[in-house]
Amino acid sequence: MSTPTPNKIQRRPFVAELLKHRGDALVVPGLGSPTWDIFAAGDSPEYLYSWGGMGLAVPTALGIALAQPKRRVLALTGDGEMMMGIGSLAVVADQAPPNLTILVLDNESFSETGRQRGLSSGRTDLCRVAEGFGIARTMLVTDQERMPELVKFIFTAPGPSFAVAKIAITDDPWRLPEKDGATIARRFRGALGL
Amino acid sequence: MAASNGVTWPADVFREMQAREIKTVCTVPDGGLTQLLKMVDADKGMRLVTLSTEEEGIGIATGQWLGGTRAMIAMQSSGVGNCINALGLPTTFRAPCLMLVTMRGQWGEFNPWQVPMGQAVRPALEAVGVKCFPVDKAEEVGEVFAAAADIAFHGLLSAAVLISQRVIGAKGFGQK
Repeated sequence: MSTPTPNKIQRRPFVAELLKHRGDALVVPGLGSPTWDIFAAGDSPEYLYSWGGMGLAVPTALGIALAQPKRRVLALTGDGEMMMGIGSLAVVADQAPPNLTILVLDNESFSETGRQRGLSSGRTDLCRVAEGFGIARTMLVTDQERMPELVKFIFTAPGPSFAVAKIAITDDPWRLPEKDGATIARRFRGALGL
Repeated sequence: MAASNGVTWPADVFREMQAREIKTVCTVPDGGLTQLLKMVDADKGMRLVTLSTEEEGIGIATGQWLGGTRAMIAMQSSGVGNCINALGLPTTFRAPCLMLVTMRGQWGEFNPWQVPMGQAVRPALEAVGVKCFPVDKAEEVGEVFAAAADIAFHGLLSAAVLISQRVIGAKGFGQK
């Protein structure tokens, strides 16, 4: 059922390196692996950890970006989570918040549930999908050496923008952050002075 | 706000929204919402967010509250089914979620395809913890909306105003 990919990027060091450069950007991870990845790199009240609500990372990040136009917002999600909420890219294109960026960690599989093959492993090209929805600025990264360029694309270039990092399927230890939603929300709002 | 065709509840809802600083309305439109959505779209201080599917609105409204502003989601009853899993998000965050639902599949429905979801709206919403506020008199829509908004934003709960097809009027497709 699972198909090995030639993807080289190792998700944990990749996400850790990216987050070193986030400044005061707010990070909205998709449920599961992206949440474990950011917590593995360090804890922050500006991380809105997610344990559920598949398909809602981009809509939630969009709501935050519209409410906080002076803060950069990064939706950091997986390919399966992105596919479930794929229509939300049209909403992002329509609202066009300049402070919102989406980064898909694409291992072309449902890695949380047993590495079943995902829809981005074949004919579906997520960057072209995003462009078709009207998000003009896209970037495909297959190599961690492009990190400096990606950092600029995600944290300083005008949005809305959409990047895909083709990541390897790896065995990473569980790194489980706070799971009480009310606590996560309270500290996130607290970090915004709310 | 001038009433259109003698229908005043959209202006009542709009007034209650403004009184509570609800400035974003996320929607997959419905015929019954036309007048309200026009008012929102015409107001420079408000934002109309057109969705591809209703559950996106649950995420956006939750994000708006996390970022310090207020939003609501307006939809037809058929869209409620699309929102059920998503409604776990505001509940788990203990975030407010306010839904305005124009009902189909009940009073005088012509289209049988609307009936299964229309009849399931209230039990489905209540099963995921949403407080339901049905209203079947046009003159009561504004105050029911206000009550639902207050319990949502002050109680940090999910609340849905269900406007009966009796208020909206059944769509007869020109048939006898």
